[in-house]
Amino acid sequence: MFDDFEAPSRRDLLLMIGRTGGAAAMYQAMTALGHAAATRFTGPPQLSGARPGASVLVLGAGLAGMLAAYELSKAGYKVQVLEFQDRPGGRNYSVRGGDRIVEVGGATQTVQYAPGNYLNPGPWRIPHHHRTLLHYATQFGVELEPFIQLNHNAFVHRHDAFGGKPQRYKELAVDFKGHTSELLAKALNAGQLDSAVSKEDKERLLVAMREWGVLDKSDRYTSDLHVAAQRGYDKAPGGGVDGAPTSAGINGLSDVLDSHVWTQMGFYFGSVMQTTMFQPKGGMDMIGKGFYREVGKLVRLNTRVTKITQDDHGVAAQWTDTKTGQAGESRADYMVCTIPATILNQIDIQVSPAKKAAIAALPYSAQVKIGLEMKSRFWEENYAIYGGHSFTDQAIGLISYPNYNFFKGGPAVLLGAFASGAGGYQLAGMTPEARIAAALEQGSVFHPAEYKAEYLNGASVAWSRMPWIMGCCATWSEESRATHYQNLVSLDGRIVLAGEHASYYGCWMEGALLSSTDAIMRLHQRALAA
Amino acid sequence: MDRRACLLPVLAIAAFASAGRAQDSAGGQTSVQVPDEGRAVYEQICQACHMADAKGGDGAGARIPALAGNPRLADKDYPVTLLLKGRGGMPWFTEILTHRQMAAVVNYVRGHFNSFPGTVTEAYVDRVASAPPPKPDCMTCGN
Repeated sequence: MFDDFEAPSRRDLLLMIGRTGGAAAMYQAMTALGHAAATRFTGPPQLSGARPGASVLVLGAGLAGMLAAYELSKAGYKVQVLEFQDRPGGRNYSVRGGDRIVEVGGATQTVQYAPGNYLNPGPWRIPHHHRTLLHYATQFGVELEPFIQLNHNAFVHRHDAFGGKPQRYKELAVDFKGHTSELLAKALNAGQLDSAVSKEDKERLLVAMREWGVLDKSDRYTSDLHVAAQRGYDKAPGGGVDGAPTSAGINGLSDVLDSHVWTQMGFYFGSVMQTTMFQPKGGMDMIGKGFYREVGKLVRLNTRVTKITQDDHGVAAQWTDTKTGQAGESRADYMVCTIPATILNQIDIQVSPAKKAAIAALPYSAQVKIGLEMKSRFWEENYAIYGGHSFTDQAIGLISYPNYNFFKGGPAVLLGAFASGAGGYQLAGMTPEARIAAALEQGSVFHPAEYKAEYLNGASVAWSRMPWIMGCCATWSEESRATHYQNLVSLDGRIVLAGEHASYYGCWMEGALLSSTDAIMRLHQRALAA
Repeated sequence: MDRRACLLPVLAIAAFASAGRAQDSAGGQTSVQVPDEGRAVYEQICQACHMADAKGGDGAGARIPALAGNPRLADKDYPVTLLLKGRGGMPWFTEILTHRQMAAVVNYVRGHFNSFPGTVTEAYVDRVASAPPPKPDCMTCGN
């Protein structure tokens, strides 16, 4: 009987929904059908037909700068890139054995990790919807592997919950869900929400709470085998004569609330934190290295820009070679400047007062990451934790387990701190040695028997003390965004700025790439119109 | 000072924590306590950038300003305003420090690393902070 029924195409369906439900309903349906994108990326910029001989000077060989260099040179522009550091990539950065980390003030660490081990001090996880980044990673042959974001078997620790003893995420999350379900069911059964929900919805909500919260026949959250099937057994299901499982207890509501586990549960709902996430095999800097293979011949490293000027005919950057002391000047028709605002704010640059004010209105955050190399993978062997994070309310914020070389033994590097806010400042203000000591002390709460005993060596990156950026990421306020954002991103004569700071996707590589894409498309139009 | 005024900075911290400053963050919230004493505030917060000797440092053609021997600090309002609103690469500290802690660290920096006369009080910082503190604007903070 359905032979003559032709299924409507997705487009027909969307039009129908749009007509009956309006734009909002259509957008909602588009999202459900997978149409509405989570990123603005619609493909690499289609630039073509650069005027013969037209040139662009790019300042900074981070991801924004290298995307600009790659796409503009492909479009026919003559491109030169100036980079302060002795390596490309900027904050797209990994440290490995033998690398030196030199801080403002001179403190120097020589990383001692074993071959193959690394720390990603900056970006470390890639959301599945960061299409721009994934596009270039794929195009440049960067091999990606899963980044274990949500690990139910990792720990949650708060100093004032459970006597300071870390609890498994799955136990706290299941308990939180169970207790809140019981309370909602209780309120529904007592008729306390009758004015808020229809009779039909009330019944469905009760079913939802029983199923989702794993409530018993009396709509209570109690310890039984169904609950144990989510949060873990006392005796796990086995085989043979003694195979029957037994349930474990549950935590009381008050104890569960002490843990603040909802902050982790909520964290995983953030669109940039949802699984699936990825990381490049071998370190995040594989992305930058992929770009560099394409544009390396255009990049001048060890080049500190001291002054930026422009006039009716072109742009110029004065620079000093940090190795040889040689001074020079580079000229071009146009400029893409990706120097972070912390640095650019102190460089003599010839742009409008409004753009200068915008550059001066961008404070940077001060995160700290610490990578600890351990003799063995005790978190795998003794705790069955494979990747993911254990959270703490101490300054280190978390420890995060490596997402590669599972089961392969040590030595292995785990992330011993991802500190921000007050904890980030505390750790950044310490010497590198004191940071390691603090990270070992705080991280020991999760693995007290092994953490210090298995420690081999460690390295830290305190972003506020990295001489080439003196901060981690630009921080906008509602006021600065309203007053300065358009002035920051506007094409100023022959100069345009790009980077994560010039985006609404701050602190993510995707933001840097989207910013650069937008900047070079506007620059290209300007160049064609000239 | 009444109890209500005392609670305000704490509430501000709680509200901020859910909005998130760190665009990518550990997840969850820390309970890191910053002491009220000026020297401790300096050591746990300020020296992350301005260094233990308060002499700042050099970067890529840019400087982290020295606080030691800094004539701009003669004007008490200058450091107080910086802590409340930020300036250049320096963020505002309204989510991390209470007005009491701001007053203490301003006095420490002006007295210990300089020798400027006069001190500021918590009430003084309250008065300078007549406008509401900056609200972070971040769609992708992940908290």
